[in-house]
Amino acid sequence: MTNDTSGDVRLSGIAKTYGSFTAVHPLDLTVPQGSFFALLGASGCGKTTTLRMIAGLEEPSAGTVHLGDQDVTALPPYKRPVNTVFQSYALFPHLDIFENVAFGLRRRGIKSVKKQVGDMLDLVQLGEQARKKPHQLSGGQQQRVAVARALINHPKVLLLDEPLGALDLKLRRQMQLELKRIQTEVGITFVHVTHDQEEAMTMADTVAVMNAGRVEQLGSPTDLYENPRTTFVANFLGTSNFIEAEVDSKSGDDVVLKAGGGKLLLPGARCSAPTTTGGKVLVGVRPEKISLVPAEEAGEIPEGRNRITGRIADSSFIGVSTQYVVDSPVCPDFEVYAQNIDRDTRLVPGAEVVLHWNPAHTFGLDASQDIDAGTEEEAVV
Amino acid sequence: MTVVNWLKRNLVVIAGLLTLSYLLLPNVIVTIFSFNNPKGRFNYEWQEFSTAAWKDPCGVSDMCGSLSVSLQLAFWATIGATLLGTMIAFALVRYRFRARGAVNSLIFLPMAMPEVVMAASLLTLFLNLGAQLGFWTILIAHIMFCLSFVVTAVKARVMSMDPRLEQAAQDLYAGPVQTFIRVTLPIAAPGIAAGALLAFALSFDDFIITNFNAGSTVTFPMFVWGSAQRGTPVQINVIGTAMFVIAVLFVLASMVISNRRNKQKA
Repeated sequence: MTNDTSGDVRLSGIAKTYGSFTAVHPLDLTVPQGSFFALLGASGCGKTTTLRMIAGLEEPSAGTVHLGDQDVTALPPYKRPVNTVFQSYALFPHLDIFENVAFGLRRRGIKSVKKQVGDMLDLVQLGEQARKKPHQLSGGQQQRVAVARALINHPKVLLLDEPLGALDLKLRRQMQLELKRIQTEVGITFVHVTHDQEEAMTMADTVAVMNAGRVEQLGSPTDLYENPRTTFVANFLGTSNFIEAEVDSKSGDDVVLKAGGGKLLLPGARCSAPTTTGGKVLVGVRPEKISLVPAEEAGEIPEGRNRITGRIADSSFIGVSTQYVVDSPVCPDFEVYAQNIDRDTRLVPGAEVVLHWNPAHTFGLDASQDIDAGTEEEAVV
Repeated sequence: MTVVNWLKRNLVVIAGLLTLSYLLLPNVIVTIFSFNNPKGRFNYEWQEFSTAAWKDPCGVSDMCGSLSVSLQLAFWATIGATLLGTMIAFALVRYRFRARGAVNSLIFLPMAMPEVVMAASLLTLFLNLGAQLGFWTILIAHIMFCLSFVVTAVKARVMSMDPRLEQAAQDLYAGPVQTFIRVTLPIAAPGIAAGALLAFALSFDDFIITNFNAGSTVTFPMFVWGSAQRGTPVQINVIGTAMFVIAVLFVLASMVISNRRNKQKA
């Protein structure tokens, strides 16, 4: 990343309402020059509207859009130095691939486009297809044309609106790497809209998780995954287990919580809720951080680990790991993912078990939220 | 049994050929009789082969004049109806305005109304306005009834257009005018062309509305009708055959061109 800020995108107080419906609540967001930024959320969360306001295809109801130091809020799309890769590509059906890619250059009055278009088509490995029409190409090829058509203009910012949504899984994975490679190569700011959490996490440097027209949380993929601050983020990115607990006391930097009959430790820094004694907190932990042992080996668990008891309700073997659902007094469907290193034959449905994990992997959330927020949307993926 | 089987297998082809011959037989008769050398004033009975009429297509007084009037009318009516119709179609599909629903259904009225009624009411209107009947009143009438057909054809095309294509053009530095010329128009072109062809054909052979509002102007269909009372010159068949051949040639040419294009692509 450089000190050049001409490719910064700065949204200040930007909002969009349609009649009485608010698609995007007043939003402040800065995307630094040269970064790969993802707007992640379920359909209808306002992510595409936000993108279209940056492109100029949607007029914000309030707020401003800055590109670098320039206020572009009032500029029409054809005067903004940004280009978009549309969902389903929107290639011009009456023009061949060459002319599709040359479109932006020609509109800016550039006469000799041949070399640039040729180079760009080589970059996306479509040099051979220059004289074909869009409908003669496969989905993946069309997608690459759409990227080439946008990139050839050297925009300050490239906007991608669910560009991989129409591709099958394998091709999507391949194109994710391809896009990431292109972004590193050209160094342009990418703003990527997607509902696929895995896609956002693999590609982006920074992810903004949106829900109902607001940014729930913004951060690096690891930060969002390890330290979710709302149940929506915790559930939308991967899977989380939640235990309702009461604040008991504090010991050093840790908070001691009461859940069921037992005690749990939670690092104070990883709790986004107030920790006054007697207050309620949602304790969260990811399924892969948890170890599972049969109840008779409970004595072998090292000191200082959080532990709860339960009975295996269900287990499914999926190759690299086994996924258990454990019925525990403090949480009815506790999920545990265990790597298949040593498969313990005693861990079958009906077995009494003890779950334990490092307290450092625990996070605490405000207990007033809906525990299931974001879970249904994840199923869409 | 083999005959029955053969019939079964070729039923669709046979039915198609029969329908085609039903459609084309009148044209064949017209063509054959354009080479007739009739005895009296009427060209209804075959006498002997002659190319006299083909060598002198304008030999009948006033006929080529009426043909020229009809072609001019069709030309201008096509341009007028296509321009207005395309704009109306875009307005109806793209914009939400007051009375949009009403306009949408009123546009169909000329297609549904009996021509005689339209012809008579137009004449009433022209007479009340004190307009001089002639070329211009016919043109106004033709543009009016061609309009609905153009609107219908173009609307279907515009409705199926992805609005994101225009947004993509804008995103790629094309202003509103450029977007329209470079993207919207080329994509809507097949619909517009279909509408224009329809308008030309409808205007060229319209008789009823034209007859009411023509004053002393005579179009080709009016000439044919008029001469049918007194005698039908062979030249009418010549013009009819020529029009048919030209139309078929156009269709063939467009097929050849699109075939060649498809081959180049593949």
